[in-house]
Amino acid sequence: MSDNKTSELGNVEPTPGSTKQDPILTIDDVVRSFGGLRAVDVKHLEVQRGTITAFIGPNGAGKTTLFNLITGFDKPDSGKWKFHQLANAKSWTTDLSGLRPHQIANKGMVRTFQLTKSLAKMTVIDNMLLGAAEQKGESLRNALLPSRWRQQEKTILEKAEILLERFKLSHMRDEYAATLSGGQRKLLEMARALMSEPKLILLDEPMAGVNPVLVESLLVHIQNLRDEGVSVLFIEHDMDAIMGISDWIVVLAEGRVIAEGTPSDVSKNPAVIDAYLGSAIAEELKDV
Amino acid sequence: MLMNLFAEIDISKLFGLAIRTSIGVQAATFALAAVGLNLHYGYTGLLNFGVVAFMAAGAYGMAIFFTQGWLGGSIILAIASGLTFAVIIALSIGLPSLRLRADYLALTTIAIAEVLRISFRSQRLLDLTGGPFGLPSIEDRNASVSFADVITIDWNPIGKGSYGTWFLEFDEKTLWIMIIGWSLVSLASLLIWGLMRSPWGRVIKAIREDEDAARALGKNVFSYKLQSLIIGGVIASFAGIVRAFDMGFVETQQFRPQTTFFIWTVLILGGAASIWGPIIGSMTFWFIIIFSEELLRQMVDSGWIPEAILESSDIASVRMVLMGIMLAVLMIWRPQGLVGKKEEAQIDVR
Repeated sequence: MSDNKTSELGNVEPTPGSTKQDPILTIDDVVRSFGGLRAVDVKHLEVQRGTITAFIGPNGAGKTTLFNLITGFDKPDSGKWKFHQLANAKSWTTDLSGLRPHQIANKGMVRTFQLTKSLAKMTVIDNMLLGAAEQKGESLRNALLPSRWRQQEKTILEKAEILLERFKLSHMRDEYAATLSGGQRKLLEMARALMSEPKLILLDEPMAGVNPVLVESLLVHIQNLRDEGVSVLFIEHDMDAIMGISDWIVVLAEGRVIAEGTPSDVSKNPAVIDAYLGSAIAEELKDV
Repeated sequence: MLMNLFAEIDISKLFGLAIRTSIGVQAATFALAAVGLNLHYGYTGLLNFGVVAFMAAGAYGMAIFFTQGWLGGSIILAIASGLTFAVIIALSIGLPSLRLRADYLALTTIAIAEVLRISFRSQRLLDLTGGPFGLPSIEDRNASVSFADVITIDWNPIGKGSYGTWFLEFDEKTLWIMIIGWSLVSLASLLIWGLMRSPWGRVIKAIREDEDAARALGKNVFSYKLQSLIIGGVIASFAGIVRAFDMGFVETQQFRPQTTFFIWTVLILGGAASIWGPIIGSMTFWFIIIFSEELLRQMVDSGWIPEAILESSDIASVRMVLMGIMLAVLMIWRPQGLVGKKEEAQIDVR
């Protein structure tokens, strides 16, 4: 756990909807109903820049739905959310509401999926190359003229090799992504998302279905990202992982934010323990 | 008995006819249409069950423009109008349905193909499309006047005569159209090869694998799918145009849904998502069709197959049954097609 980040958040009130010093993402009145069910109903939420923020909550709390909404994969009934690209610069703010997924991704907010979406019939390296943003050769105008994109392709390739090395996937470089194990696919998907150099990365259950050894290295990767200045927002069920690496935790239940705070705030919060964690896990948390 | 059979069969004719067709204009047009479908289905994953709509758009767009004598009735402008018509068809299929799930595109393509065919056939459009008679009009056809004349006579660099030997003897018109057809197949294949090795092609393949993954990485999936639909559609429309030049007329009979399914057979047979797949597929398809037809005919004619079992009028249907069986067997033993990538076919998609 990094102390500087925690201290930045140290002055922040651990109450739902609290104001952060330097938010990268602010969400206002986002509502999404399925029939009579209000799956998401977030009044106000700010995500602090340069931190690891976790979304937790019981199944059906609306975590993934909220992810889908803010990344443009689902449309809310109402609500706005804004992306603040630069630190402490109110002018560099983009209203993301109503944008399509690819537009949001191109603003620097990239997501991964709960069920990995590795592109099975493409090689690992092609998966990586795809991730890079603003590629000249991706436009039909330039596609048939390699002279226009070969140089950029080389740069992207170097970047991809470095990331593969870092995520220990280099030996699988030329294999089809389908041949990777579940955990390796999670790593690939994260590495691929990083190719575009996002400012905020949203990870939907990055540890789900990953073996314990890989979980350790995943956690290290996530912390490294934060230390390099990428803000991380992730959904997880693995309590040890959440408590271990999160700077800030947002607790959702029945679509609403019922609590937020540092891991120790949240684990002591009676509302969280009552409404969500239940007695069994509360016992476990006493030991933490 | 077997000796008897071999004595009755004219093996030279059997192979001669089959090879003749597998390198002929029919095979070239099917290959060309399959190259277009390959971009749609093989690379982008678009389920286009209306390939024939693009062929019809090309052929009718060209034929109507020419026979109406618009803008002086230039054949180049006529071809251009056929291609433009194909682009319009691609847009009218793509704009409403490409944002929806894959199955909606499949339904829309079947529907548009049939709407086009039935419209062209209708009495209301008789003056424009010739209705059920097609273009050019019966009078012109009786007088041997056709839009194909400019291409096959005026612009034919090959001197009058007969070329080749054995069963592979072609007159100058057929030979010229064959050259045009296979040249277009080569050009289109080269285009697809160039596109698919570029970053553009990488996005296209990613869309086939998982649209949402491509979206999440900032790719405008809708735009890419529309581009693929248009490019593949224009390639398929060339197939319709070449066929029209070969036949010398266009008729709605040429654009029945079964043509779409033949082209799918060609692509699956040869191997989707491979550059050579459509070409090998088309040549093999026509070889098998003509070989089995000729073999059955000779067997029936020589009395080796009794009339009670198979009459010569049934042969045309039986050869399709054989084709179907062969395709089924191929799918079991070689799901990647004749030249497709084995590793890719073995990957379980979901």
